[in-house]
Amino acid sequence: MFDRYMICEETARNLTDGGKVTGFQFGARIAYYRGLGLSMVENLVVAVDGQPVPPEQIRFSVSNRTFTLAQMETEYAARWEFGAVATVTVLHPGGLTPGEHKLEFVEDLRISYMPFPLRGRDAKVVRIG
Amino acid sequence: MNASAKSGIRRGVSLYSYQEEYFLRKLTLEQCVAEAAKIGAPGIESIGEQMMPGFPNLPDSFYEQWRGWMAQYGTVASCHDAMLDTKKYKHRLLTDDECMVEFERDLRHAAKLGCKVIRVLCMVSPEIMVKAVPIAEKYDVKMGIEVHAPYYFDHPWIMRHLEAAARLGTKHYGLVPDMGIFTRRLPRIARDRMERMGATPRILDYVCEAYESGQLSEYVIFEARKMGGNALDVSWAEQCRHSVNTNPKRLTEFMPYIFHIHAKFYEMLDDGTEYSIPYDKIIPALKAGNYQGFLSSEYEGNRHIQDALPVDSVEQVRRQHAMFERLLAA
Repeated sequence: MFDRYMICEETARNLTDGGKVTGFQFGARIAYYRGLGLSMVENLVVAVDGQPVPPEQIRFSVSNRTFTLAQMETEYAARWEFGAVATVTVLHPGGLTPGEHKLEFVEDLRISYMPFPLRGRDAKVVRIG
Repeated sequence: MNASAKSGIRRGVSLYSYQEEYFLRKLTLEQCVAEAAKIGAPGIESIGEQMMPGFPNLPDSFYEQWRGWMAQYGTVASCHDAMLDTKKYKHRLLTDDECMVEFERDLRHAAKLGCKVIRVLCMVSPEIMVKAVPIAEKYDVKMGIEVHAPYYFDHPWIMRHLEAAARLGTKHYGLVPDMGIFTRRLPRIARDRMERMGATPRILDYVCEAYESGQLSEYVIFEARKMGGNALDVSWAEQCRHSVNTNPKRLTEFMPYIFHIHAKFYEMLDDGTEYSIPYDKIIPALKAGNYQGFLSSEYEGNRHIQDALPVDSVEQVRRQHAMFERLLAA
């Protein structure tokens, strides 16, 4: 549910730090009917043009705080609220080349009443200016 | 006085129904309340973690604002849907004591909203519920186990809950049945979505007919495979396992334990009926049992159409309430 709204494609952009492109980021929404504490976000997967991004290069930011996937596992205060746009950053020197790219995003959410994680999956073409 | 007031059945909306519009920031929490008020459905059910960002740590100012809205729109808080995240930690479940902390939190929140009932998910055990009863009594908020498909009234798990409640003789432990337990036809909007995803129309139709005719799920799943069904076809056949078609008359029999009703629906048709769930049988059964409580809309069609069609939850809920008005007056 809400899979088609996971990637906010118009927000995709390269990330610049001190004049250097250090990666790229995009806005992301939760594929579930309520918000969750970050410890219950089991996993996030990002792939660009068919190539999966190494998990250690992914950062997740919400409410002005930034986490690695490993840090999210034990984060019990910060929440990914329902419909809120979080920022997913991929640290990758040089970022993405200008033009169109196929962005794929998977969320595995640990839902207490379900025997298996709920998987949300979205894929969109994004344009890097 | 209108007919619904006479029968003691009151109309309400779970704001879950407007999730699509809230998610996309087309409606705010206040606007969701206003939409329910507009169709004469004063009972407002809510999920803290859905439309109250910051839950469970909401400031007093939030509750003041909430009570202000209830007064302004002529609505009342009917029910809070508790979630109980037993899998908060990756490598272990919450202990019983930790569960009680969560119950206290949710019951206190419900009392502050003005709710008389919380919905408890059906996976919560009778043992945990028994432990939570003193907290519910303290806040004077009733706890209703959601009877949600594939559970149904006579399921052994639900029977154990009722036995535990009867043993305690408490008024604070009962049921919140979800009308999805009366699904006589699988939602056609869900069938059509499977077709868009790549399922085989012939097999989808077979499964719909087999479900409607009451065939056992295991046979339907086997047959879908035998017909050469792909993974989507088989998963549609497996829907038969997750759906139940029980007799609405059971509502009358279990009435002493029914605190609140989730009026689940998938698709209101142009003729004012729901495609899957027979409200023309449900409402007479509620009347026969002298149900005193809310009929709380729970629209769940958005997830099946959002990939291809515009979602208009407000219109779907409006249509469901037009049907309720008609059936309550009958």
